[in-house]
Amino acid sequence: MTTSTIAHDVTYLEAISQALDEEMSQDERVFLMGEDIGPYGGAFRVTEGFQQRYGQWKVLDTPLSESGIVGAAIGAAMMGMRPVVEMQFADFISCAFDQITEMAAKNHYRWGAEVPLVIRAPYGGGTHGGPFHSICPEAWFFHTPGLKLVAPSTAYDAKGLLKAAIRDPNPVIYFEHKFLYRRIKDILPIEDFIVPIGEAEIKRTGRDLSIITYGAMVHVALEAAETLDQEGIDMEVVDLRTLSPLDTGTLKDSVRKTGKVIILHEDTKTGGIGGEIAAILAEECFNALDAPIMRIAAPDIPVPYSPPLEEFFLPKTNDVIIAARQLAAY
Amino acid sequence: MEISQNEFLHLYYYLRLTRALEERVATLYRQGRIVGGVYTSHGMEAISVGYASALQTEDIIAPFHRDMGAFLVRGITPGEVLAQYLGKRTGPTKGKDGNVHMGDLKRGIFAFVSHLADNLPVATGAALAFKIRGESRIVATNTGDGGTSRGDFHEALNFASVLRLPVVFFCNNNQYAYSTPLHHQMAIKDVVERAKAYAIPGEIVDGNDVASVYLTAKRAFQRARAGEGPTFIECKTMRMHGHSEHDSAKYVPRELLEEWKKKDPILKAERMLKESGYADESDFHETKMKVDKEIEAGLEFAEHSPLPEGPEALEGVFAANHIEVLI
Repeated sequence: MTTSTIAHDVTYLEAISQALDEEMSQDERVFLMGEDIGPYGGAFRVTEGFQQRYGQWKVLDTPLSESGIVGAAIGAAMMGMRPVVEMQFADFISCAFDQITEMAAKNHYRWGAEVPLVIRAPYGGGTHGGPFHSICPEAWFFHTPGLKLVAPSTAYDAKGLLKAAIRDPNPVIYFEHKFLYRRIKDILPIEDFIVPIGEAEIKRTGRDLSIITYGAMVHVALEAAETLDQEGIDMEVVDLRTLSPLDTGTLKDSVRKTGKVIILHEDTKTGGIGGEIAAILAEECFNALDAPIMRIAAPDIPVPYSPPLEEFFLPKTNDVIIAARQLAAY
Repeated sequence: MEISQNEFLHLYYYLRLTRALEERVATLYRQGRIVGGVYTSHGMEAISVGYASALQTEDIIAPFHRDMGAFLVRGITPGEVLAQYLGKRTGPTKGKDGNVHMGDLKRGIFAFVSHLADNLPVATGAALAFKIRGESRIVATNTGDGGTSRGDFHEALNFASVLRLPVVFFCNNNQYAYSTPLHHQMAIKDVVERAKAYAIPGEIVDGNDVASVYLTAKRAFQRARAGEGPTFIECKTMRMHGHSEHDSAKYVPRELLEEWKKKDPILKAERMLKESGYADESDFHETKMKVDKEIEAGLEFAEHSPLPEGPEALEGVFAANHIEVLI
């Protein structure tokens, strides 16, 4: 675990581990709780070796009890701790819905109690997890005032956003994309850094159109942008990084520059975050738009298991290329 | 008597204060001056007064909506309660929430949410923080008989028992969850049976006997403080009003109410105070005068307090962002 002080190729998953390790070692209020995170090291091994280092009370294995875990984290947070809860899979967060939306999200508004809580939610498809180990549940919480939502797409952002989330005085749901865990790497700085919550980032600048996206879809968009570039279409890739509160300034600036926009997400289309972004852009950037706003998202179905079905479900690079060509020609 | 004169007089005072305050609140509701729901603990005051009085200052309570006595014992004033009910800016939630949905970390009170039993896992989490930090503080939480049917009740008891956390669970068994009688709520006779499944020691107390609640709570708190884990205490009582003040509760048999009227916790406390020679009628009268005066002063404060301005509704969704850069 000494990797935290060395800058080299760090995977998205290692970046998450490093963030937890660093925050725990410098702030004794930080502790972890979840199912199978102790000796086993978590379903994805994010906390491997942590319990040996920090002890069983700081890396707490809990009963199978998502609502109980989140509720307990809220209570501990109000008593001055900084709990980081692991949902084994983001899909199981529905079991804790009530504690998140009614207790964590409303406490500060109602009576001024800070709830510095982080819920890590391993989410997303592409790993053949089927209907209960693949979903993107962010929209449920996007509609809940009082929650912050982040969804990093790179190892750098994964580390910086998790550290920012742990230091934030509000409940933050941290959506970590399972598909990215071991597939992407970054060279990370040696020194302490955070990625501030609430700031989107232009991952690729472009002139002709903007694509607004987050999570694993950032890589789909970047891949499409390379192909489009060869065709003379220059696509700007905007990575939301924080889903709530949205960095509407960066989104609007990009769309005002390019005049055309695709909104891409892996979550299903109806009621997804893309609809809200489209509405904001239509309300506030209408005069800057040279073409209709386009959305690319998964169809309104549960995430299917069988590889051809899942492949069909997930938005793909080619979907983006086709849409971008249409928009460019508009 | 296991309980001193001072302790008992303290309990009696808060029984009286709770009763008088909630009667005042109910009147304000009938007069149309309170616009939202009113949920009282009429006839059940001994439970929350009893357990809250057995705590120490640094402990935490996570009460529910029949626990007005606990709020008062922990130092919420009648004026604050009335300001809360009247939606005033001086209430603990500044008008953001109503009735008994109030909390204050400085006075060790977690605010309740309407979803029953949600406060139990949260209480458990406070106990977890104390355990992690090696503090000798404990947590007391309460829910109704109906609340024990919810998953969060079971998740909290299991969690607390597995980790042997310093939390004591109370159940105000007032025999009705809104209109649902106990035998439609659960197939067991006593709620305390639920605790067995979690290997949590359970006790049944007469919820209308403030001294019993107080002494039983004290023993359970001692266990928790000594690191021996949670206790479950079922307090048998009867809901003497409707679920809320709008509810005539016609579904409750009159005979049942008549029977429980005789077991009123204030009458019971007065009988015991007299028998033990701790107090007499003139002391009771004096206490009543004192609490009435306090409530009048509180109402004066609440009524003269300003209502919030509409746009204040936008404030406080998030805690101010004071991200600490630690290195």
